[in-house]
Amino acid sequence: MDMVFKALADPGRRILLDRLRSQSGQTLGQLRQHMNQHAPMSRQAVAKHLAILERANLVATLRRGREKLHYLNPVPIHQIGQRWIGKFERGRLDALAELKQTLEGENHG
Amino acid sequence: MAESRFVYVTYIRTTPEKLWQALTAPEFTRRYWKETRQDCAWKPGASWKVIIPDGSVIDSGEVVEIDAPRRLVLKWRHERRPALKAEGYSRLTYELEPQGETVKLTVIHEMDVPQSQFIQAVSGGWPLILASLKSLLETGESLEATRHWEACA
Repeated sequence: MDMVFKALADPGRRILLDRLRSQSGQTLGQLRQHMNQHAPMSRQAVAKHLAILERANLVATLRRGREKLHYLNPVPIHQIGQRWIGKFERGRLDALAELKQTLEGENHG
Repeated sequence: MAESRFVYVTYIRTTPEKLWQALTAPEFTRRYWKETRQDCAWKPGASWKVIIPDGSVIDSGEVVEIDAPRRLVLKWRHERRPALKAEGYSRLTYELEPQGETVKLTVIHEMDVPQSQFIQAVSGGWPLILASLKSLLETGESLEATRHWEACA
């Protein structure tokens, strides 16, 4: 669980996860191209961030032919959520999150 | 190549044999998969169904590949919501790899349909079901949100 929090502590890595959430199954090159619109980064830097995300199991990878595709793996985040959120709170929290999102627009928090 | 695909990975402190049993046996699936069970002979070409507590079939398909306790590939079609059923068959792969004291479970759900509504619909459910499966095998307790069919939106 420490690795998940450490991986999430970096804004660049959160942008990578956002990117994978909007389109899962991307190569390093595709992700780097997107990162360049936010904060230009070397290929090695993007690869290093992806490796940290993969070690924390927030990113899963699949080899398809010569390509390595990256997927957002939300399972660890669910485990964290389940640890502190009770059954009856869930509905209310969803409603509050939705309200906040509607009022503020989606943001990267 | 599949047009819509989600990949989930979880590491579970268990053995491949126990995990395989948890993925296939009704006494396990009922507990972490919202009271559902699968009806299947678990051999290549066998028909496969997911049955909800009232006895109706919510998903169906067949076993494409089976290599217990390592790999299982299913053809999977949703049967209840017409728009999802119309997309046809998806492909579900479970891969189990022992890694030290844990088993790495990879779940790949994919479909040769761009922006598949079905793959999108199940993508909200899988992380919770898998978190619950992990909890059941490691602690003996599944997550509360997965214990009853009613809880499923």
